[in-house]
Amino acid sequence: MGRADYVIKRGFFALVTIFVAITLNFFLFRVLPGSAVTNLARVPSAGPALKHALTVEFGLDQPKWQQYVLYLRELVHGNLGISFANQQPVSHLLLTDLKNTIPMVTVGTVASIVIGVFTGVLAAWRRGSVADHISTNTAVFAYAFPTQWLGLMLLILLSRYLPTAGMTWPDAGVFYPEPFWQHLGDVGEHMLLPALTLLLTAYGSYTLVVRTSVLETLGEDYVLTARAKGLPVRRIVWRHAVRNALLPMVTLIALDFGYIVGGALLVEVIFSWPGIGLAMETAILQRDYPMLQGGFLILTVAVIVLNFFSDLLYFRLDPRITE
Amino acid sequence: MSALIQEPAAGIEPVAPTVRGGGFFLTLLKDRKAAAFGLALILFFVVLAIVAPLISPYSPTAQSCGTGPSAVFAPISVHHWLGCDDGGVDMLSELMQGGRVSLIVGFAATLVAMVIGGGVGIISGYFGGWVDVALMRITDYLLVIPDLVFAMVIADIWGPSLFHVILVIGILEWTSTARVIRAQVMSVKQRVYIKRTRALGAGHARIIGKHILPQVGPLLIANTVLTIAIAIYLETALAFLNLEDPTVTTWGTILEHAFNRGAVSSGAWWAIVPDGICIALVCVGCFLLGQAIEDALNPRLKIAHLSLTRWKIRTLAGRKADAI
Repeated sequence: MGRADYVIKRGFFALVTIFVAITLNFFLFRVLPGSAVTNLARVPSAGPALKHALTVEFGLDQPKWQQYVLYLRELVHGNLGISFANQQPVSHLLLTDLKNTIPMVTVGTVASIVIGVFTGVLAAWRRGSVADHISTNTAVFAYAFPTQWLGLMLLILLSRYLPTAGMTWPDAGVFYPEPFWQHLGDVGEHMLLPALTLLLTAYGSYTLVVRTSVLETLGEDYVLTARAKGLPVRRIVWRHAVRNALLPMVTLIALDFGYIVGGALLVEVIFSWPGIGLAMETAILQRDYPMLQGGFLILTVAVIVLNFFSDLLYFRLDPRITE
Repeated sequence: MSALIQEPAAGIEPVAPTVRGGGFFLTLLKDRKAAAFGLALILFFVVLAIVAPLISPYSPTAQSCGTGPSAVFAPISVHHWLGCDDGGVDMLSELMQGGRVSLIVGFAATLVAMVIGGGVGIISGYFGGWVDVALMRITDYLLVIPDLVFAMVIADIWGPSLFHVILVIGILEWTSTARVIRAQVMSVKQRVYIKRTRALGAGHARIIGKHILPQVGPLLIANTVLTIAIAIYLETALAFLNLEDPTVTTWGTILEHAFNRGAVSSGAWWAIVPDGICIALVCVGCFLLGQAIEDALNPRLKIAHLSLTRWKIRTLAGRKADAI
C-alpha cells in the first residue's frame, strides 16, 4: 500500500470517527430514555417562554430524524446551542475555555514526556541498579495514585507557597485580558500546580514504556555493532538505542490523549482552572446540558484529531508500516 | 490418530505456550514474586472488605467523634486511629466501608466489561468476515473517545446511582480486552486440533466453549485484573465529579468530600492520605498480577502499533553479557 493510501485511510477513519462522535452526541442527549435536552422538565427554572424557545431551537416537536438533520445543520454552522445557565452561545463560551485548557495541558504533557523519557532511559541504562529501582517504583506509584489525590496532596503540601486556584481575578484567562504577555508571570505561577499534577499523573506510564522499549533495543544487533565499532556508551544509548526506542512512545502518547483529557478535567476541577473541564463540571452542577454536550463534542473531536496527527507522525518516523 | 496428524512445526506461527487449568497459575505465583505480591495485595483488601462490618471500630455513618466544632476533622487519636471527617465520622470505619463499595463497583464493572469484551473478541476472532469488521469498527471508535468525558456524560444523563456507575464503566472499558482476545482467538483457531475437532463434526458452540475458551482464559483473567484497576479509578473520578450516588460511601466519595468540605484548608491530611494509599495499593496489586500473567503467556509481547496495555514492566534485557 502506498504512502498516499495510508494517509487517506487514516484521514477517512478520523472523519468517520468524528461523525460517529457527533451522532453519539445526538443520541445520548436526545434519544436515550431520560435524555436531557428533550426532557424540558429537567431544565432548571424554565418558564413557558424558555420552554417554547427551546422547543423551536431544537425542533423538539418534530420527528427524531428531522431533529437530527436540524442538529447536523446547526453544527455545520458552528452552532452548539445556547447555554441554559447564562443564555450565551455555547461555542463562544467553550472556545474561551479551550484557550485556557490548551496551554496548561500542553505544558503538563510535554513536561511529563520529557521527564518520562529521561527517567525511563536512565532506568534501562542502569538496569538493576538503585537508580533503576527508584525510578521504576516511583513511576508505578505515581501512575497508581488517582489524579485527584495527587492534586489534593500538592494542595496540602504547597498551598502555602503557590496560588492554588484559578486566576487572580474573576473571568481572567491565559489570553485574557489583552495583551497576554503582561500577565505571563502571573499565569505561569497559577499554572504551576495544575501542570505539575498532570505531569505526575502522566509521566509514570511513559517511564515504564520507555524503559521496556530501550531495554529491547539494547538487545538488538545494531547496538552490538555500534559497540564493536568502539563508540562511546553514551552515544550508543542516546543515538542508537533511544532513537529507535522512542517509536512506540508515539503510539502510547496518542492512546494516552483520552486519558490525559480525563486527567486534565479532574485537575481543572481541583485547581479551579477556567478551562473546558471546569466548564463541564459546572454544567453538571447547573444541569446545563448544551454546555455538557458541547464540551463532550469538543474534547472528543480534539482527541480524534490528535490521534490522526500522531498516526501521520508515526508514518513519517517509520515508513515500514502499511497497516 | 494423534500420531498420524502432526502438530504444526515450530516457526509457522508464534503462538503462546499452551496453558490449561490451575497449574499455570500455581507455577506463575511460584515463579514470579511480582504476581504473588500483587495477588496478596488484592486478597488483603478483598478480605478486609468482607470482614469490614465485623472489625470496623465504629459505624461508617455515625458521628462517633462526638458533635460540635471539636469533632470536625478531629485529628488522629488513640480512639480514632485515622482521625475523623468533617461530620465527626471515624475515618478508619469510613475507609473500610468505602473499600467495600469501591471493590464491588470495580469487580462488577469489570465483570460487565469482560462479558462484553470477551464475547466481542471471541465472536470477532472466531467468525471473522463482516462480523469481525463490524465489531472491530465499533471497538475502534469507542477506543478513541475519551473514557472519563464519555462516562461523565452518560452518568449525568442517567442520574447518579451506584448501578449506573457500574454499567457506565462496564460498557466503556471492554475495548482493549476485545482486541487482545480477538488476536489470541485468531491464532488459536488456526491450530490443527481445532481443525481436527471441526472435521469430527463439532459445532461452533462446542469449539468455542470447549477448545477456544480454555485457551484464551488466562489472557482474559490478565485483562480482568488490569481492568479492575481502571474501573476503580474511573469510579473515584466519577465520584469526584459528583456523579456518584450521594448516599453511598466509596473511596471516591471520601476524596470528593475531603475536597469539597475543606479538608485541605483545615490541614486534615488524614482525611485524604490513607484513602489514596488504599486505592494505589489495590491498583498496584492489579498491575503487578495482570502484567505477570500477560508476560508469562507471551514473554516477547512487543509494544506494537495500537498495542493497548499501558504497563510494561519486564526484566527482559536482551543478551546479558553484551547488553549495556
